[in-house]
Amino acid sequence: MSDLAIAAPLRAVQRLPGVAVVLVLLIALFGAIAPGFLSAANLSNVLVQSTILTMLALPMTLIIMTEGIDLSMGAVLTLTSLCVAIVSLATKSMLLGLGAAVLVGTAFGLANGLLVAIAKIPPFVATLATLGMAQGLSLIVSDGQSVVGIPHSVRDVYSAQLLGIPVPILMGVASYGLFHALLYHTRFGTYVFALGGNRDALRYAGLSPTRLLIAVYAIGGLMAGVAGLLMTARMNSGHPTAGLGMEFDAIAAVAVGGTSFERGNGWLLGTLLGVLAVGVLRNGLNLISLPSSVQVASVGVLVIAAMFLDGLRSRA
Amino acid sequence: MTDIAKNAPSPAWSLLSHNAAQLFYRLLAALLICIVLSVLSDAFLSLGNILNVLRQASLTFFIASGLTLVVLTAGLDLSVGANVALSACLAGTVIHQTGSPTLGILAGLLTGGTVGLMNGVMVTAMRIPSFIATYGMLWVLNGVTYWYMAGETIHGFPAGFRQIGSGYFLGLPIPVYLLLVFLAIGTAFAQRTVWGQEIYAIGANPVAARLSGIPVNCRLLLVYTVSGTMAGLASIIFLSRLNSAEADIGESLTLPAIAAVLIGGTSLFGGVGTIFGTFVGALILTLVLNGMNLLSINANWQPLVTGIIVIIAVWLDMRTRRSAP
Repeated sequence: MSDLAIAAPLRAVQRLPGVAVVLVLLIALFGAIAPGFLSAANLSNVLVQSTILTMLALPMTLIIMTEGIDLSMGAVLTLTSLCVAIVSLATKSMLLGLGAAVLVGTAFGLANGLLVAIAKIPPFVATLATLGMAQGLSLIVSDGQSVVGIPHSVRDVYSAQLLGIPVPILMGVASYGLFHALLYHTRFGTYVFALGGNRDALRYAGLSPTRLLIAVYAIGGLMAGVAGLLMTARMNSGHPTAGLGMEFDAIAAVAVGGTSFERGNGWLLGTLLGVLAVGVLRNGLNLISLPSSVQVASVGVLVIAAMFLDGLRSRA
Repeated sequence: MTDIAKNAPSPAWSLLSHNAAQLFYRLLAALLICIVLSVLSDAFLSLGNILNVLRQASLTFFIASGLTLVVLTAGLDLSVGANVALSACLAGTVIHQTGSPTLGILAGLLTGGTVGLMNGVMVTAMRIPSFIATYGMLWVLNGVTYWYMAGETIHGFPAGFRQIGSGYFLGLPIPVYLLLVFLAIGTAFAQRTVWGQEIYAIGANPVAARLSGIPVNCRLLLVYTVSGTMAGLASIIFLSRLNSAEADIGESLTLPAIAAVLIGGTSLFGGVGTIFGTFVGALILTLVLNGMNLLSINANWQPLVTGIIVIIAVWLDMRTRRSAP
């Protein structure tokens, strides 16, 4: 490729936050072709449906910033969602269900962290293995069946409103606030940037990259636990394939959001916009009656395109 | 292992004996599993079960052998399972529409190879990290396959075609012959051809490989295309054995294939490993899963056990490699 010919458009692309363009284009597209897309009810629906993904994509951003990945997140979400269903069914308590889910999720996150940071197994293989383990456990605890008849207190989490705002949206906003504060306003956040950008500097400063890395993966598992409550509440049941592929949507949101897979650059707001882009894409395709298989394929194309552009930018 | 390394007379010799020892330990592990299983279950040593293990292992091996070449270049192909599903569905459709198994087989191989080639283009020309590119491809393929099948199942194929997966020749299942053929071809290609050695060189040090004049991108394209084509071949065997094709048949295939490669001693960091090792890996994994079956452990435990085996295999491999020369 001749450098001169592509330099100018590339610089233009670099200046614009790509994800904002993608989001606006998607909204304009579906606003034009999908009947009812721009209605207030549908837009609020997109937001509510995006909360589970938000809670996965935020920690995924941190993990990817450390040059890692967590392929197990969807399977762990399935498992924690089943935990909520089974425990709340047995104890009639939503909080005990949430507690069990957070415990199991964090345990998986810790396991991922230990495998990556201490056993030094490449993240995508370590988390692919824990994906298999979480999937297996989901099948075992549910015996391959749906868990139904869970208490209303769980379902109410998804449908309740506070000050006229749906509770899931509040949970999504709170998660974003917490992660924003964590990444940009604490020392931990600065260390996370260093984990991906300059790990040696951390070591010279006397910090343990190992422990930080474990913490980052553990946070991912913890959030999958909390998201498990929303998942069960949304479906009003636990299902052994509920979270199938959710990790891919999360990775897609992070990739579209402009977080780099190689240089430790993370952009949390970009991830949030990326979540909305994935949510709008799925909702819009749904409204024009395309089957979910087409949605899955388009998210796949979205990721490949985003990675390609990310590569182009890093070389420009 | 460290003892062998310490007593070795020269680095070249110690490296050789290290790899030989690695293979020896794996064969020993396979033998040990056999002994344990024959004690625990009367059914294990029956001829029918042993042939069954070999047939199962050959299915895993077809997918894993192409994948081994990819891993040798320090890449990964996460799309193999989804590729098998799409190839099987398209091959099944072609057989039904034309009535010709030959055209169906060609369609399956072509689909698999094309998907592999697209993976290769993403990794080389578009410079996307291989695990992200093939992971994206996984979901694209899943989407396309589910959309194409729309919940339908294609079943009922000509008897001649079904022989490929379920027939016998001189008392051995036909897939076992295919396994021997591809084991020989794969080993000869990797160990005895210049291209094969170049693949090792790319995995060991891509920059050095490029500077010494190896056409790195051409070889990478080849490796991903071979991996895809082997998935296409596996899809034909699946199709002929199951006598039906559904959109979800590939979902449980990727992790076992990766497990076989890693148990077989191929390093995730490239440059180290053999096709024969992958065969032993496929055998060990199949033996474990077969044993769980015989001991009537619920099949739901299989992904959990496979995941644990992957972690143990990688961890052991990295430990021994660190202490090796």
